[in-house]
Amino acid sequence: MAYPTDRKYTKEHEWIQPNGTTATIGITDHAQESLGDIVFVELPKVGVELAVGKTFGTVESVKAVSDLYAPASGTVTETNADLATSPEKVNKDAHGSWMLKITLKNPGELDGLLSAADYEKFVAEEGGH
Amino acid sequence: MPSSPSICSLIEVWTLSSVEATPASITTVRKTALNAVHRQMGAKMVDFNGWDMPVEYPAAIGCGIINEHIAVRTGVGIFDVSHMGDIRLAGPQALAAVQHISMNDASRLAVGQAQYSALLYPQGTFVDDVIVHRLGEDEYLLVINAGTREKDFNWVRDNTRQFDCAVENLSDDFTQIAIQGPKAVDVLQKLTDADLSTVKFYWVTRGTVCGLKDILIARTGYTAEDGFEIYVPADEATSARVWNEILSAGKEFGIIPCGLGARNTLRLEGKLPLYGHEISDTINVWEAGLDRFCKMEKPEFVGRAALEKAKAAGVTRTLVGLEMTGRGIARDGHKVLDDSDREIGYVTSGSPAPFLKKNIALTYVPPQFATVGTVVKVEIRGQGVEAQVVPTPFYKRPKKTT
Repeated sequence: MAYPTDRKYTKEHEWIQPNGTTATIGITDHAQESLGDIVFVELPKVGVELAVGKTFGTVESVKAVSDLYAPASGTVTETNADLATSPEKVNKDAHGSWMLKITLKNPGELDGLLSAADYEKFVAEEGGH
Repeated sequence: MPSSPSICSLIEVWTLSSVEATPASITTVRKTALNAVHRQMGAKMVDFNGWDMPVEYPAAIGCGIINEHIAVRTGVGIFDVSHMGDIRLAGPQALAAVQHISMNDASRLAVGQAQYSALLYPQGTFVDDVIVHRLGEDEYLLVINAGTREKDFNWVRDNTRQFDCAVENLSDDFTQIAIQGPKAVDVLQKLTDADLSTVKFYWVTRGTVCGLKDILIARTGYTAEDGFEIYVPADEATSARVWNEILSAGKEFGIIPCGLGARNTLRLEGKLPLYGHEISDTINVWEAGLDRFCKMEKPEFVGRAALEKAKAAGVTRTLVGLEMTGRGIARDGHKVLDDSDREIGYVTSGSPAPFLKKNIALTYVPPQFATVGTVVKVEIRGQGVEAQVVPTPFYKRPKKTT
């Protein structure tokens, strides 16, 4: 899987795609593959404040529950309502199935995140998972 | 189940919560003879009770828990269940020994017949649940759980010393392959000379399978579906050959390999108990609702006296099925609350049910909450989510029309 280079990645397996002072957030292909068949995505409401590194939602597969961690601080402006009824779309296209759009509180926070190449390396080193 | 900090560790949480603690004596992970085959197929492997086992096979080959589950309900799937243990009791007093250590009535078994049963502690709680096969006039085979293999064998040996009967641990001798689903019979019939149409559910026979003579073929399983479990020699080459021949023979029926993930959701839909969850050394037979497999008319068996007292005293909790009516998935260990948010029990097994397309759970609650239709709540990440007591099993396979 080629990881898109237009975005940054976290060690908790989220991606964040910046666009000026806003950004779009989702989970990585590695995350969806590790989780298996995704059956439930729980996202915050519009207007909720995210704090970097803190949980903002949950994704569940048949066998596993995983928290979602904010890759950056900001305010939720939109959530992908599609995922409430069709969570399996994340399995089919993790990098296209966004979860949240936010306005960034501090765009500089993204500098500390992983590039596509670094994330790929991180996943390879994690191994066997 | 508490949330964990990353996806990887959460998958491990699932694994750990699904099983009993691994015995301390096991320092290395054990592998079945099919381990290399699973890895070659790209299976996601997990540590299950100290065993390196496939939890699911890749989406790229049409697998994943949901597809694997549906294959077994509507067609056929194949499982490596070699981690299960096998104990053979043979000798003039084999029946007396089996009767002493198990709660069902093995005297009712004809040669070639099997029954669901359990080994109990003197207090009427579970050592393990087992399938008892009567293989010969004085020969019985107990099929036991992976996580309790050593414990079970020691327990059986220690509790049968007074009988004239040899007790052998055959757990490492067999590769046990389960072929499950309405099309299982069609697949296996292609590979054996045994006439499977004469083998009823919970009966065993012997026959040539994939060219191997005298193979034990049992019409049993853990999926709430028709199916077979075959016991072939545990060497890697033979095991891999049989596995691959079954997959080839099953191709026309849409067979896919299935992992422990689907095995768990399949057995949950059928309300088949899992050791460490619905049954354990702290839960008794009446609480677990396994009355019909416990024959109190037998004059003696380990646990009987305690069960007699427990029956007179009445149960304080009972196993019921829940269906989530609110938005949320009940998971193992979640608290169950009444309408005033008082804790009344806990979820022993909870999961999305892929065939029923509902979120279901098994839970122990006080009897006053056991009536079908009772509304309760399951605490999911601090929130009480509504659920309803429903009839069980959640899934029952359709009766054959022939």
